[in-house]
Amino acid sequence: MEEALELLTKYGEDAKVMAGGQSLIPLLKLRLASFPYVIDISGIAGLNRIEEKGDYLEIGALATVNEIEENYLIRERYRALHEAAGLIADPLVRNRGTIGGNISHGDPSNDLPAVMIALKAKLELSGRNGKRIIDADSFITDSFTTVLSEGEILTKILIPLSTRESGGCYIKQKKNAGDFSVAAVAVNFVLDSSERVKSAGIGLTSVGPRPIRAANAESFLEGKKVNDSVAREAATIIVSESEPSSDFYGTVVYKKKVLLSIAEEAINLSYERAMVR
Amino acid sequence: MSLVKIKTKINGKEVESEVEPRKLLVHFLREDLGLTGTHVGCDTSNCGACTVLLNGKAVKSCTMLAVQANGKEITTIEGLSKNGELHPIQKAFLEKHGLQCGYCTSGMIMTSFWLLRKNKNPTEEEIRKNLSGNLCRCTGYQSIVESIRYGAELIKEKEEQQEMVVR
Repeated sequence: MEEALELLTKYGEDAKVMAGGQSLIPLLKLRLASFPYVIDISGIAGLNRIEEKGDYLEIGALATVNEIEENYLIRERYRALHEAAGLIADPLVRNRGTIGGNISHGDPSNDLPAVMIALKAKLELSGRNGKRIIDADSFITDSFTTVLSEGEILTKILIPLSTRESGGCYIKQKKNAGDFSVAAVAVNFVLDSSERVKSAGIGLTSVGPRPIRAANAESFLEGKKVNDSVAREAATIIVSESEPSSDFYGTVVYKKKVLLSIAEEAINLSYERAMVR
Repeated sequence: MSLVKIKTKINGKEVESEVEPRKLLVHFLREDLGLTGTHVGCDTSNCGACTVLLNGKAVKSCTMLAVQANGKEITTIEGLSKNGELHPIQKAFLEKHGLQCGYCTSGMIMTSFWLLRKNKNPTEEEIRKNLSGNLCRCTGYQSIVESIRYGAELIKEKEEQQEMVVR
């Protein structure tokens, strides 16, 4: 770790950090990007642990997407994360790609940033002058742009412990197997004792220049019991918070229609899961 | 560009090599070691024709640098048969005709090998999901899925036979 941070500081903007390389190597070999120095951090020991510790589920940045997908604890208690992991690219890519890479690449079509928003996660960033912890939703500021400063690496993901009163899901609409999404939505609810939504987390993928927190829909849902009309209204609010652009994956109108449909489904499913204790 | 020394274990054999740091693993396997059973299908990290096992897990060897394999074990299609006898999965692809042009086959077999290691009796859905990183433009996948189910049976039979011998 020391060595990686030292090299990163030494080469500054000339250096790029590589973890699993499943986004970076395609960029390099297609000559879409080039860097004088690539620093491979995949050999750093101990940076792939997954464990519940104190108030958080801690995930080392080098945990592969496959390790997350197959982790028993995550499958049982962090459904949105489990489901999103199983929908990223294809199994071969998931065997190399890491959670840290998926988040810090800053691609608005990558799935895990939206899940981090829904789960209200925090991120640990390490630099030569120490560590800082930030909210996951402030990490990506624009397409492929993060708050990482020169010489800093994302090292740990901290997800608040799941309780029996919580439930969530990730729904992703794709055109082809293994492809990025037209739109995707991550939802996580914590209910109170009267089955009202105490805390809602909603993150959106592929419908803006960066992953988006649907903050208005979250506050609309908080304090309510979810039924069909509430879910539909919340989905409409979610669509109003999205900022998709027309591209290869569809027009703005099409993407908003897709989002409306999967958002409603995700809200209903998450509430149903939170009710089952 | 200066060369980097790497040590790998390829199909069970220790290999020491010097490679350019920018060289992809698939080019190292094919050009430096002559293991041309691993194919390059798309060059864009989509098709899975280049699938090999890295420390037992199926990965795309075109989306990894050779230097990243330092200290690791690689298995390619050439490493599956033992003493001139095809691995049960290879036999299954042959018997069930899980190929037409054959270009994607080595990748298909490596992914199937990994799948059957972690799941001895996969459902059709599990097979299809696990193959989503391996593209075939000929078969429509039906015969490939059948080959993998048959491969699972052959592996089970072989293991039972071996147990009998041990007893």
